[in-house]
Amino acid sequence: MAVRVQTADFDVGAELAALRSGNPAVGAVASFIGCVRDMNEGDRVGGMFLEHYPGMTERELEKIAAEAKARWDIFDTLIIHRVGELKPLDQIVLVAVTSAHRGEALAACEFIMDYLKTRAPFWKRESTPEGERWVDARVSDDAAAARWDAGAAR
Amino acid sequence: MSSHITLVYLARLRERFGAARETLPLAGETTVAGLLETLRARGGEFAVELAAGRAFRVAVNQEVAGPEQRIVAGDEVAIFPPVTGG
Repeated sequence: MAVRVQTADFDVGAELAALRSGNPAVGAVASFIGCVRDMNEGDRVGGMFLEHYPGMTERELEKIAAEAKARWDIFDTLIIHRVGELKPLDQIVLVAVTSAHRGEALAACEFIMDYLKTRAPFWKRESTPEGERWVDARVSDDAAAARWDAGAAR
Repeated sequence: MSSHITLVYLARLRERFGAARETLPLAGETTVAGLLETLRARGGEFAVELAAGRAFRVAVNQEVAGPEQRIVAGDEVAIFPPVTGG
């Protein structure tokens, strides 16, 4: 159930190998990687700065991982989120989940990502040709997280 | 026992308020709603950004809090915009 907030990049292959190493019960590893795009809201993005609230960030991510573990029959989770200066093509976030079967791993991975987007205290400031701007929260992200609250399957 | 609370401002609100954190005296206790009223009374950016209907969140001791949440001396209260990570 590891959670890491760091400025450094991460090696997806090495992280996924480590997550399932030594556990022959793992039949599925689901992962999501978020990356910096060079376009947002119709403007070219030259780079971004990711700010967070140290302490609360780790606690929120741990709560989200624990919630996923309570909802699905999964073995382990990994959440890595980068902060600081990032540029297009850079990796921002890695979420990975191991379980016996793909259904649980895929659902838990998507759940963690949806909750992370609406609950973990990170903020993006983009550099565009018009200057720096803070990214606004999206209504669609709230809707994505809310569908897990309904209790029913998606 | 401290008779102060620590306020933490993050992201866009940190820039608007011109500070990352400040210490505020607190006699007894207040609530999130009471603290916001005190900050709005300063006028300027505080009145604008914390006005009713503006999108911001409050966390007390790093847990998201509603308007009725109690605040006592020694607490850390953070005010920040809706989150945009991932």
